[in-house]
Amino acid sequence: MFLFLLLAVVAVAASIAMITARNSIHSALFLVVDFFCLAVLYLTLNAEFLAAVQIVVYAGAIMVLFLFVITLLNPGNEETDDRLRGQRPLAVALGLALLVEVALLLRTQAIRDRLGDFPPATSFFEQVQTRINGTPTAPIGNVQAIGIELFTTYVLPFEVVSIVLLLAVIGAVVLAKRQLR
Amino acid sequence: MAPLSYYFILSAVLFTIGTIGVLIRKNPLIMFMSIELMLNAANLSFASFARARNLLSGQVIAFFVIAVAAAEVVVGLAIIVSIFRSRQSVDVDDVSMLKG
Repeated sequence: MFLFLLLAVVAVAASIAMITARNSIHSALFLVVDFFCLAVLYLTLNAEFLAAVQIVVYAGAIMVLFLFVITLLNPGNEETDDRLRGQRPLAVALGLALLVEVALLLRTQAIRDRLGDFPPATSFFEQVQTRINGTPTAPIGNVQAIGIELFTTYVLPFEVVSIVLLLAVIGAVVLAKRQLR
Repeated sequence: MAPLSYYFILSAVLFTIGTIGVLIRKNPLIMFMSIELMLNAANLSFASFARARNLLSGQVIAFFVIAVAAAEVVVGLAIIVSIFRSRQSVDVDDVSMLKG
């Protein structure tokens, strides 16, 4: 509980600092803090594979890409005035309205019946185990269970994601290439 | 261990901060980072529901979300770089016309 509150406070503070920082590099580094907090939260949720992927892909690959582009473009710290009058106060008000809506949704009875304490983690992987082995025998880890799920139930989405990644690479090369004359 | 509703509230707060970030900033790089924050908030709900319902599917979907987010960032940053090349500016107000 203490760990959750600490991580939640750090994550919210880092994300507020991220959207208010004047310097883009500072924003990117605050976002890395956020990613690490979320990775530890995944660990508290017994999602070890997601925690590792969060650090490797988000904090590693995506943020390095962001930092490369920020240093390449070197945008100035100044932002122009609002073209739409009163955009910022209106944006904050609308965002808070969204938060209030989610809070009201959480108070409805149908949702509250489903939100409670977590069940014991022992039966977490038994589903996959039972489907593969027939009976839950030797306990399997999170990575093994996710691998089995990915290559049985979710094999088609997995292949589609590989095509999406290939298209992203091709699109990035086409867009970033200098114009041929 | 904190109850599921706490994770959900944290996820909603992070999503809201991401939304506000997209709305108030003019720098497309920071808007992209806010979008990443929103995707992460959604992933947190997926992971906590996976834990709450004892189902692994939530974690698998969060993994797909991360993969799609990576693809989206690659294409988005390439678009920002090519806009910067043609205009020497990355303010979103300067590119509101959808015209090269």
